[in-house]
Amino acid sequence: MAQAGALEIRNLNKHYTVNGTPLNVLENINLSIHPGEFVTIVGASGCGKSTLLRLVIGLDNEYTGDILLDERRIRDTGLDRGIVFQEHRLFPWLTVKKNIETGLLNNTRFSPEEKENSVREHIALVGLGEFESAYPHQLSGGMSQRVAIARALVNRPEVLLLDEPFGALDAFTRHFLQDELLRISSEEGITMVLVTHDIEEAIYLADRVVVMQPRPGRIKRVVDIDLPRPRPRNADAFVRYKDDLLADFATGDRPEDILAGALEQPA
Amino acid sequence: MSAQESTLELPTAREAGRSPALQAGLHALRRGGAIIAFFLLWEIAPRLGLVEAAFLPPISQVLATGWKLLLNGQLPQHFAASLVRSAAGFALAIVAAIPLGLAIGRYRLFAQVVNPLLEMFRNTAALALLPVFILFLGIGETSKVAIVFYGCFWPILLNTITAVVTVDPLLIKSARAMGLSPVRLFRKVILPASVPTIFVGVRLAGAVSVLILIAAEMVGAKSGLGYLIIYSQYNFQVPEMFLGIVCITLVGLLINALLVTLEHRLTAWKRNGGEA
Repeated sequence: MAQAGALEIRNLNKHYTVNGTPLNVLENINLSIHPGEFVTIVGASGCGKSTLLRLVIGLDNEYTGDILLDERRIRDTGLDRGIVFQEHRLFPWLTVKKNIETGLLNNTRFSPEEKENSVREHIALVGLGEFESAYPHQLSGGMSQRVAIARALVNRPEVLLLDEPFGALDAFTRHFLQDELLRISSEEGITMVLVTHDIEEAIYLADRVVVMQPRPGRIKRVVDIDLPRPRPRNADAFVRYKDDLLADFATGDRPEDILAGALEQPA
Repeated sequence: MSAQESTLELPTAREAGRSPALQAGLHALRRGGAIIAFFLLWEIAPRLGLVEAAFLPPISQVLATGWKLLLNGQLPQHFAASLVRSAAGFALAIVAAIPLGLAIGRYRLFAQVVNPLLEMFRNTAALALLPVFILFLGIGETSKVAIVFYGCFWPILLNTITAVVTVDPLLIKSARAMGLSPVRLFRKVILPASVPTIFVGVRLAGAVSVLILIAAEMVGAKSGLGYLIIYSQYNFQVPEMFLGIVCITLVGLLINALLVTLEHRLTAWKRNGGEA
């Protein structure tokens, strides 16, 4: 299991048909992610980054090219991949514990004991032991998002996909959860793919940052982040990465997105 | 701001000096004062000659009549007849309308096919169909239960359809991302998410069940509270008539209390676990 979680995307193309004309949302995506690697994907809105996650999680099988997880072709959703969305999407009628247990409904691989252990471990992993019998409406946004992370991890997937998971949280909670995510990543050793429009977040978390461009959605470049963790956000090297990446967006074709992206950077 | 604070603090400061018994009494008065005043007015107005006592007997006289009919068994008989009819029609409507509503809400094509028909039936007042029911089913129990069933069916059905259709799509997407099968998705997500809205329909139907039953019993029946009211009025037994009305209120309150309790249980997650 330790070396599982290699994600290989080859010649991936995806188009939607809008009013009878095909619209390319992803064009020739090639990306190879190593087991245990933390990859972040940044890009202006409309660059197809969320679509890419949709395809990897298996909610949409309409594409050409290959998505391989440990050499196996991905089709439909599966226990080897977990996903966290921007909104926590917890079931309001279930407690924290039961919400996490719903992640296991399709799991036939674990014995009942293994299931119980996994639930308990992951509640502890996200630090919500005291809140396991609370209902979602009693939790803050950050706590809810931690439950969502635990639910995505409870099947012990090989890859965790995160679609702007902290986008709706305040800056303090966001920073805290970023550190939590790094801790979880190193403890669980699973492959992480996180989509964000926050360049600072992308640099802070990633081993590699994938920069995407819109119309059609494609990879502009991949930047290795060669910084030891933890990474002070105001360190010279950090700021250099940030300036470098921001330059990519300055040459983009949608100024309003760049402005929105830049404004969202916490000061 | 400061004015608001002082108005908030005043009652507690005043209540601090009072004994618990007095406070409990005041609380009861606050909750039941309007009802007590209403019954007092009902008692006094006819006695003072403000209204014709023959048309509006004092409440004490109505209650005395009630006691008499209770002892001779007439009241329990009418009360039970009404309760059984409305409960039976109501229960049948729940059993039939919820599954059908779930199915219609779930399958878009089915919904499109049956929707115009439902719209037509929904807008046909149940009481307008009463003669048809009596024609086909006679004036016995069947027609009464059937008309209550019919009246209760629509609010439950339409609210169930709405409930299923309006389940938060994000929850469905999240469940699909977890790979839940359609059956599990339905049982674990759509059904529980629909409960609150379905219950809106059930409570509406609870009120409808009493309303329609009484009308049906007034038109053609040999027992029941509606029959008691109309029969007493024909015979100018005014206290009996008012007794019937009071009992109907009791039936309505009883059904509502039952439904509120049930709803509380089914949606306990909205409040449970202590307020954080």
